[in-house]
Amino acid sequence: MTALDARSETALLPPRFAGTRRFVRAFLHRPSGVAGLAVLAFCTILALVAPLFIGPDQLDVTRVNGPLLAPPSAHYPLGTDQAGRSVLMLLIWGSRESLRVGVIATLLTMVIGTAIGIVAGHYGGIVGRLLMHVTDWFIALPGMPLAISLAAVLGQGETSITVAIAVTSWTATARLVRAQTLAVEARPFVERSRALGAGHTQIMLRQVLPNVMPLILVSSTLTIAGAMLSEATLTFLGLGDPTSVTWGEMLNQAFFGGAFTDDAWWYILPPGLAILIVVLGFTLVGRAVEYVLNPRMEKRP
Amino acid sequence: MSAEETPAALASPGGPGDVPELEVRDLHVVYPGRRGRSPARAVDGVNLRIGRGEIVALIGESGCGKSTLARALVGLIRPTGGQVLYQGTPLDYSGRALKRYRRHVQLVLQDPGGALNPKQNVYDAVAEGPRLHRLTEGLPQTVHGSLARAGLRPPEDFVARYPHELSGGQQQRVVIAGALALNPSVLVADEPVASLDASVRGEILRLLLDLRDGLGLSALVVSHDLGLAWNIADRVAVMYLGRVVEQGPVEQVLLRPRHPYTQALLSVLPDARPDWRPTLLAGEPPDPTAVPPGCRFHPRCPRWAAATGERRAAAACDRRELPVLPAVAAATGVAAAAACHLLEPMEPSEPTILENA
Amino acid sequence: MNGTALLDVRDLTVTYRGAGGPIPAVRGVGFRLERGDTLGVAGESGSGKSTMALSLLRLAGTSAKVSGQVLFEGEDLLTVRWSRLRAVRWAGASVVFQGAMNALNPVRTVLEQIVEPIVLHERTRVREAARRAADLLESVGIPRRRMRSHPHEFSGGQRQRVMIAMALACDPDLIIADEPTTALDVMVQAQILELLAGLVRDSRVAVIMISHDLSVLAHACDRLAVMYAGRIVELGPARQVIADPRHPYTRALSRAFPTIGDPASRLAPSGLAGDPPRPTELPEGCSFAARCPVVMDACRSRETELWPAGRDRTAACLRVLPDAADAQTAAARSSAAPGPAAAPEQDPDLEGAGAE
Repeated sequence: MTALDARSETALLPPRFAGTRRFVRAFLHRPSGVAGLAVLAFCTILALVAPLFIGPDQLDVTRVNGPLLAPPSAHYPLGTDQAGRSVLMLLIWGSRESLRVGVIATLLTMVIGTAIGIVAGHYGGIVGRLLMHVTDWFIALPGMPLAISLAAVLGQGETSITVAIAVTSWTATARLVRAQTLAVEARPFVERSRALGAGHTQIMLRQVLPNVMPLILVSSTLTIAGAMLSEATLTFLGLGDPTSVTWGEMLNQAFFGGAFTDDAWWYILPPGLAILIVVLGFTLVGRAVEYVLNPRMEKRP
Repeated sequence: MSAEETPAALASPGGPGDVPELEVRDLHVVYPGRRGRSPARAVDGVNLRIGRGEIVALIGESGCGKSTLARALVGLIRPTGGQVLYQGTPLDYSGRALKRYRRHVQLVLQDPGGALNPKQNVYDAVAEGPRLHRLTEGLPQTVHGSLARAGLRPPEDFVARYPHELSGGQQQRVVIAGALALNPSVLVADEPVASLDASVRGEILRLLLDLRDGLGLSALVVSHDLGLAWNIADRVAVMYLGRVVEQGPVEQVLLRPRHPYTQALLSVLPDARPDWRPTLLAGEPPDPTAVPPGCRFHPRCPRWAAATGERRAAAACDRRELPVLPAVAAATGVAAAAACHLLEPMEPSEPTILENA
Repeated sequence: MNGTALLDVRDLTVTYRGAGGPIPAVRGVGFRLERGDTLGVAGESGSGKSTMALSLLRLAGTSAKVSGQVLFEGEDLLTVRWSRLRAVRWAGASVVFQGAMNALNPVRTVLEQIVEPIVLHERTRVREAARRAADLLESVGIPRRRMRSHPHEFSGGQRQRVMIAMALACDPDLIIADEPTTALDVMVQAQILELLAGLVRDSRVAVIMISHDLSVLAHACDRLAVMYAGRIVELGPARQVIADPRHPYTRALSRAFPTIGDPASRLAPSGLAGDPPRPTELPEGCSFAARCPVVMDACRSRETELWPAGRDRTAACLRVLPDAADAQTAAARSSAAPGPAAAPEQDPDLEGAGAE
């Protein structure tokens, strides 16, 4: 035993993050996932560096001096809107808020849904049944009217839209996570954990959560897509802040500003296409993550 | 039954002293009935003792309650009646006390692949117990030591692996290492080798014996396999439908069985003799929601079926209940016991004391 | 050996298409079976026994490449037309699947499930088929009043009986039983084996029984084949193979389940170190060499085949070769065995004595 003591303790520990490294390696073998990730990375970087070349000169309606609703040209690659702003600049700037709302709403959805799902699945009995009744009640409420009412109550703007989306989306995650929690807790290793002395919190956090995580990860990539679409819908319907720039807001301005009747396709198509591409990126990443984390993969030699 | 003086000849192996490591007194576990069905009497009155350094085999078929009994011993199931005693003290089911108890009595399950969290590597799986009990000082040494003691040498080769990269035998060793990391004094193993390959079975059983010899570990091994009892157990208890029907030293019960159920179980083990005639019991064991009256074995009992009318009337197996067998151990003065109304009269040379209803 | 055997398997090889390359599950298995014969196939996980049994009827799955010959009453099932194969399946040879308890359709009654193959194969009317099905179920011990129940209302042992009745539905000449008693209690297992034995006696149906439990096979079968890593390593009359194994693996397997009353196994469990090899990691030479307690140098380089090891017995172990024949064949094979072929030491414990 002395030889063991002589070595430093860290030499005895297994390498850290081995699981994460394996995941990354496996993910990089999926071309569709890598493509999706590339798209998302591009959009994110673009959104982050936007303030470097987009400022009030491009966005403030009173400061721009471009032609009004002009088709694409050399100077304005995607044309201009009714106020003379470059549609391309608007598109890039709009990605910031659109992505922000999508990501934050999804984060909220996942946290609420997972928490409720795991607790409901673990505890069962009265607590579980109660939580599930609450969930079912929320499912029964029609999503879009609820979101509209919430946004109307909370006032127009980014925050209310984020909250509205989160409140209407968490139920799907909760049901999914609860079902998976029940499945995981039926497996012998949870019983072993109990026999070793684990309490409720420890079981939920250390046994159930890591095994539910793959499902949550996949679900969240798809939820983001849904959240961004919801954001676009809500802002299109006019519930967003008219002075802010998001892709849905652009569609709103395009529609109500008469771009459809003016055949100003350069104003209508880009926001929709941008949403499509980002959603596609998330979906591809989600599918690749699902494939990599598939439990069947764990059985491979 | 109070502890009595022990004739040396009847002393079971293990340390001196009357206090068994683990004891169960008149244990009852009843699952409430659902949707109008009657309650299931999974464990219907059991006395059992496991002494220090002793390996006791609990043998029975499915539905007899052996798994429930094993889990009650580990504190995972709360009995509806009776007591579980550790070193003489009844179990306290409050959170903290129960957690402390876990350090002394550990569980090894049947399916080692399922018993390990697929997201945890071997190091974390073995370290889980000590971490839960905040015994993290020198944790790497503890983990390596447990792995080595469980036969996974060198431990460095295994700590980074994940369960699906191990064979069934190796997985079971990891589970055992995880139990050893808490330094328990008793291991309760529920079918530890049933889902392992035949050639690996012997290695795991040998490990249990080595742990007994090297660390003084006591063990209760639950199984359907009488051969396992012959391989590693000092004493064996045979369960049927929630009760122990016979128990005693392995040589006694397996070579000179008294209870008709034990005899039938032994007779159906494939034998090399050409004149082998197994006693096939009719039907299957009834489930615990419908326990037959009187002796619960009588509907399938070959002795009852062969008994004459007057013998039946005298024994009344279908009406008279049998008492719960006392715990068999040196301290109680009872070395072997079988619960049956129709026990054959003993040969005069039998040295053991038997309980008859 | 008279005319055509019921089943003549020659050099059966099954390779799966795996992600990391071909996975050889069965490597050159051959045996004969006459009418009314019972053959037991023993082996552990990775031995290929289930794959071998299923591939006899080409049931091994689409990713499996099967080669060799499976001559059933003279016809090679591996090359016959699909329609002929379908006709043979169930009416010529039927299967009792592993995990039979879960192989029953949960939404149909057991009677319906037995009627189905009868109607399919024999084109009888449903009423007639139902009558025969009811008789069959009764013969396996399911009372008439339970026949219109669903599978989940039966116990494991009863469902296994239903599976056996289903296998008998079309009066096959051969039944392939894949682990028919695994997951059953010992008493129920004995009942099922008794049932099978009775059926074999009455109807002279041939049975191939697969199990990991050697002792079960020793009684239920006339002959025994032990498989390891995709090959048969020992073949012979069941009782003799158990009592006097010629291959070290068979010896280890038979010792794994002790005889109660045998002082040698009291408090002395015997097992094999290491694990059964994965089909993807098969070594050169004898695949058992890594775990063999009596391994020799030659074992690691020389490929093994089934050599004669007694009357009607064969074993794939270098140690059953007599000295002279070994040296001759070693000289004849120029490059197969690198290094000197060591003459196998005559270990007195091995030859003939077998089990301790």
